[in-house]
Amino acid sequence: MKTTSPFDLAVDKPTKTVTINMEFDAELSLVWDAFTKPEILDQWYAPKPFISKTKVMDFNVGGRRFYAMVSPEGMEMWAVQRYTSISPKTNFKFFNAFADKDENLQLPGSDWDLNFSEYADGDQRVTTVRITVFNESLERLEKLLEGFKVGFAMTFENLTNLLVTMSKR
Amino acid sequence: MEVRRDVFQAIADPTRRAIMLLIAAQAMTPNALAEEFHTSRQAVSKHIQILTECALVKQEQRGREIYYSLEIDKMKEIDEWLDQFRKVWETRFNQLTDVLSTIKKTKK
Repeated sequence: MKTTSPFDLAVDKPTKTVTINMEFDAELSLVWDAFTKPEILDQWYAPKPFISKTKVMDFNVGGRRFYAMVSPEGMEMWAVQRYTSISPKTNFKFFNAFADKDENLQLPGSDWDLNFSEYADGDQRVTTVRITVFNESLERLEKLLEGFKVGFAMTFENLTNLLVTMSKR
Repeated sequence: MEVRRDVFQAIADPTRRAIMLLIAAQAMTPNALAEEFHTSRQAVSKHIQILTECALVKQEQRGREIYYSLEIDKMKEIDEWLDQFRKVWETRFNQLTDVLSTIKKTKK
């Protein structure tokens, strides 16, 4: 019997790192394929009811995956994952950034590090995947706060205009 | 990924942005806010409710009056973002588990 949970997500706030640990009752080569082949990736990468649509995928160092998560209403959210390092069936790294449909990146992005390993549980083979994400939360937060600033700036502008208009009355 | 109130939805409305601007300067009662906007207390309450749901506004009871002030708690924002991130990856994990078991079955 397994004592650990097959899914675990931990956060280290000081280093702005998120680590995800997952365990699958499947052999390593199969799990590796599920992360590196677009036809399998698209079957699980988008949380339902979203659909994952990979437009371009070149799984090589310097290559990229350009994909969208499509909502039931047809809204597309594009992102690019550029592969920076690949050690077959052991590890790969990519730089992730959101993008528009023409592949213009919305920087800054985040660095992802995925580790794969296999162990035997009786006659069953179990594959563990450890994903480490650097700085994504910080980036997201910064974007959020940026949104605030824009929101406030717009309000200030509107308020100023309103006051000018009112004082003219 | 999921449908829920987010901060951007909250600040998309000009009245809500104006409310936030006002209470950023000082805590205000619903009546004082309603006067500022020449609108009903009910209309202001509705906006306040949305802002509260997004954890942008906090309320404080002082005597018989409720005062609203701006809540900008960075850690809370991170936690909420992480919560969504966790849900996305939990869903992915479950979906991948299903996909793997399907592939294993077809291989046999």
